[in-house]
Amino acid sequence: MNPELIVFIIFGAVSIIGAIAVISFRHPIYSALSLIVTFFSQAGLFVLLGAHFVAAVQVIVYAGAIMVLFLFVIMLLNLGTLSAKGALTGKLKGVAIILGILLAVEGVYIAVRALNKTEVGSAEAADAAAALKDSPIDTYRIGELLFSDYLLPFEVTSLILLAALIGVIVLVKRDKQPEN
Amino acid sequence: MSLPLEYYLVLSALLFTIGVIGVLIRRNAIIIFMCIELMLNAANLAFVAFSRHLGQAEGQLFVFFVMAVAAAEVAIGLAIIVSVFKHRETINVDEVNSLKG
Amino acid sequence: MEINILEQIVIPIIKMLFIVHLLVIGVMVMIWSERRVSGWIQDRLGPNRVGPQGLLQPIADGIKFLFKEDLIPNHVDKPLYVLAPAMLLIPAMIAVAVVPFGDTITIEGLDNPISLQIADINIGILYILAITSLGVYGVVIGAWASNNKYSLLGGLRSSAQMISYELTLGLAIIGVLMLSESLSLRVIAKEQGSYPWNWNFLIHFPAFLAFTTAMFAETNRLPFDLAEAEQELVAGYHTEYSSMKFAIFFMAEYMNMIVGSAVVVTLFLGGWHFFGLETMGGPIWSGVISFAIFFIKTGIFLFVFIWVRWTLPRFRYDQLMNFGWKFLLPVALTSIVVTGTLWVVVTENKLLWIGIGNTVAAFIVVSIVAGMLAMDNNSKAAAQDTSAAPLRGLEAIE
Repeated sequence: MNPELIVFIIFGAVSIIGAIAVISFRHPIYSALSLIVTFFSQAGLFVLLGAHFVAAVQVIVYAGAIMVLFLFVIMLLNLGTLSAKGALTGKLKGVAIILGILLAVEGVYIAVRALNKTEVGSAEAADAAAALKDSPIDTYRIGELLFSDYLLPFEVTSLILLAALIGVIVLVKRDKQPEN
Repeated sequence: MSLPLEYYLVLSALLFTIGVIGVLIRRNAIIIFMCIELMLNAANLAFVAFSRHLGQAEGQLFVFFVMAVAAAEVAIGLAIIVSVFKHRETINVDEVNSLKG
Repeated sequence: MEINILEQIVIPIIKMLFIVHLLVIGVMVMIWSERRVSGWIQDRLGPNRVGPQGLLQPIADGIKFLFKEDLIPNHVDKPLYVLAPAMLLIPAMIAVAVVPFGDTITIEGLDNPISLQIADINIGILYILAITSLGVYGVVIGAWASNNKYSLLGGLRSSAQMISYELTLGLAIIGVLMLSESLSLRVIAKEQGSYPWNWNFLIHFPAFLAFTTAMFAETNRLPFDLAEAEQELVAGYHTEYSSMKFAIFFMAEYMNMIVGSAVVVTLFLGGWHFFGLETMGGPIWSGVISFAIFFIKTGIFLFVFIWVRWTLPRFRYDQLMNFGWKFLLPVALTSIVVTGTLWVVVTENKLLWIGIGNTVAAFIVVSIVAGMLAMDNNSKAAAQDTSAAPLRGLEAIE
């Protein structure tokens, strides 16, 4: 059996189980931990795809920073007791799940069938890609692209982060005590 | 021999769907938020899979932009959740409805 | 594709076993030396009864931990309570995988020289950052699962502290990465060469200090041990833990220290290099000597850990945040800007000028921040003075 397939199945299964656990656990802390598991196995998939740098950034940004923020807020608000009535019940839930399954079928159809008819999925594109395989996508190449062709998006990203920073400070800042 | 693109796309579609279902059936704002992160991640997986399929680094670059935007979004979103909780003592999205027309 | 069983399977397994055991034994030695050095600093003896010089004390402690009752309180969240110590220990253990602890050993009959490192991955330093950023979960989950308000306070403090100092940790090394043009720890160590004046701690002196300080904060050691401040929070996140679970928390802290020191030595102190020594002794012994040099450097740095613990008092929480965000982060950012600018502008003696520029710029930045903070404090004090005017009237009457 293809070793890549084995690793893919392991990481894929773990990430799907983790994702299902995120939406089924009652308690937000357990959901958050399952989400971390999913992110981690996704990092594994990125390594499998040869995107080492993205995998490391995935762990640093998602598992290391974003999820810590989630945990921090869950613990700060002590949300455990609130989540008891957290889910939809009855018919609505059934409808939601049926819609979701439809969406999944649609997504799988696009991925498996329709892709072959597009330019990206065609055999020529695969051949062209095979020609490019000799130059692997390493950190050096990503950095080169990021600071030349994609410099403007990069700078815009920094502006977005700055805006978020200021927004958060404005949102959570306590009103100043009136000065006497 | 590397795996065909379809495997990763199917996985990505499944993860995305689970995120959508989560947003639909859960009413806890924090969990809805986590499901949004899950959907973004599914998109990232598709990006990286395409990046390898086409041998182009751009797919990985977009993942960085998605991550940066996701980080900003989480910071703002959690701040909103905290301030909603301060005012209303709940983060159930069905109970935060005073703007309802 | 032919697989060479000896080279691709047996030798890596031997390396892994060796390093993991070295780490565990290192923890025991650290516990002993922490107590002995503490005793020496405080002018007392420390443990000296079990074995020669008390060397067997950690084993006695270990036996004591093993035979203690493993208490799981009723009010805890059981799955997470049990999981938390492992979540702290495992990141500490696997982070060491990419640290190069020596040069190569060439043995006749093998095709390739054995590199003294478990895995030389091309994103080594990012791997270290990613793995150390996971350590916070053990603390936070342990604190939350204990269902104890002091523990929870400790966990909240710890998560905020770790997120804040991780930024410095990441930014401080960017100057180093710019000069080495690689993320692989082996390449970074090699680039520095044999002579101390070429090592990164002189070229990036402010970044070195910022990185080391952030490393102290990441390991939750004094003066940054607010997560477990005994006098304020009983013992913080591990208040509810007993027996081996507590011992695992303890081990993880020491392992983090050892791995942290090894990373600092690799990034800033020249790795396994020391002039003249690592080329001595032919193909086999030079590898062993380089390992010994690395070992000694790490040991010296670990001594600094203990030394600092008994020298500096604990920060107050606001001081901790101020220090991280208003001093360390600007210093790390300055180091990036100055290193990049000087690398482009200066044409000869680049390293010398970058070293000087970094130090001067960091000094200027720190003075500016300190000046602004002092002015801020003065205006606050003045505001308090006017509001406390009636009180002063009372003083005047007296």
